[in-house]
Amino acid sequence: MRRRGVAGIIIAAGAGAALLGLAACGERPQVVDYKQGTYQGKPDTPAWNEKPWNGNRQEWSVAIDTRAQNQNEYKRTR
Amino acid sequence: MARMKFLCDAERCIECNGCVTACKQENDIPWGVNRRRVVTINDGVPGERSISVACMHCSDAPCMAVCPVDCFYRTDDGIVLHDKDLCIGCGYCFYACPFGAPQFPQAGAFGVRGKMDKCTFCAGGPEANNSEAEFKKYGRNRLAEGKLPACAEMCATKALIAGEANVLANIYRERVSVRGSGGEIWGWATAYGLPGAEKKPQQAPAGGPKS
Repeated sequence: MRRRGVAGIIIAAGAGAALLGLAACGERPQVVDYKQGTYQGKPDTPAWNEKPWNGNRQEWSVAIDTRAQNQNEYKRTR
Repeated sequence: MARMKFLCDAERCIECNGCVTACKQENDIPWGVNRRRVVTINDGVPGERSISVACMHCSDAPCMAVCPVDCFYRTDDGIVLHDKDLCIGCGYCFYACPFGAPQFPQAGAFGVRGKMDKCTFCAGGPEANNSEAEFKKYGRNRLAEGKLPACAEMCATKALIAGEANVLANIYRERVSVRGSGGEIWGWATAYGLPGAEKKPQQAPAGGPKS
């Protein structure tokens, strides 16, 4: 009877140790996954709505890209 | 979709702080707020490099993700802006930003933190374009005038350039090919290589055609 009791304690201790050891297997990923919210502020007017583009985005884009080429001195000095 | 970007060429930046001054002057930035600043690495030793840093208008901006009041928005040109009327000045965006772009005016006593202020790519904010309210809150809206950000346009050595990403990539690619160095760095082909340019020419199979 006494041996059975000791064996029971050993088995219980072993099971407890195994449970503790396996607890690490349930580790959750710790990288935060942010969810983008929805903008709550006032609406903005796009830049191409102003004169002289009057809503023509294509023309505005061409004007900006042409101006950006002024930053390329290889184009400016040729 | 256009993607407005800044590009700073560390080979050209001479740490003159002209971009910082241009930004401050153009947008009437209060004392203590620096929307743009010049960072120097290895200061005073051979190989020293300087780079001008401001909001990089990230494609997946962490400031937008962490804002508890969702005051950030991205324009159709990929510019990250925010509504100051909604901002509560909590500073989360400052902790999230890898570039230290969000700035907080310390106007009152005891380090009172005001509403966040940052580079707007000279695109103003959610107010009527070129209105007084827009200028007071966000600074000048140069894009609505058909101009590029003042910092880039004022850069004397053209180290800092701004505009549509493809245009900037073409300018930088040409620069590197002219100066003959820089193209060998890791990631060059991914960032600036033309599509298919890195493909090797096809070679004729050895041994001639099989009969």
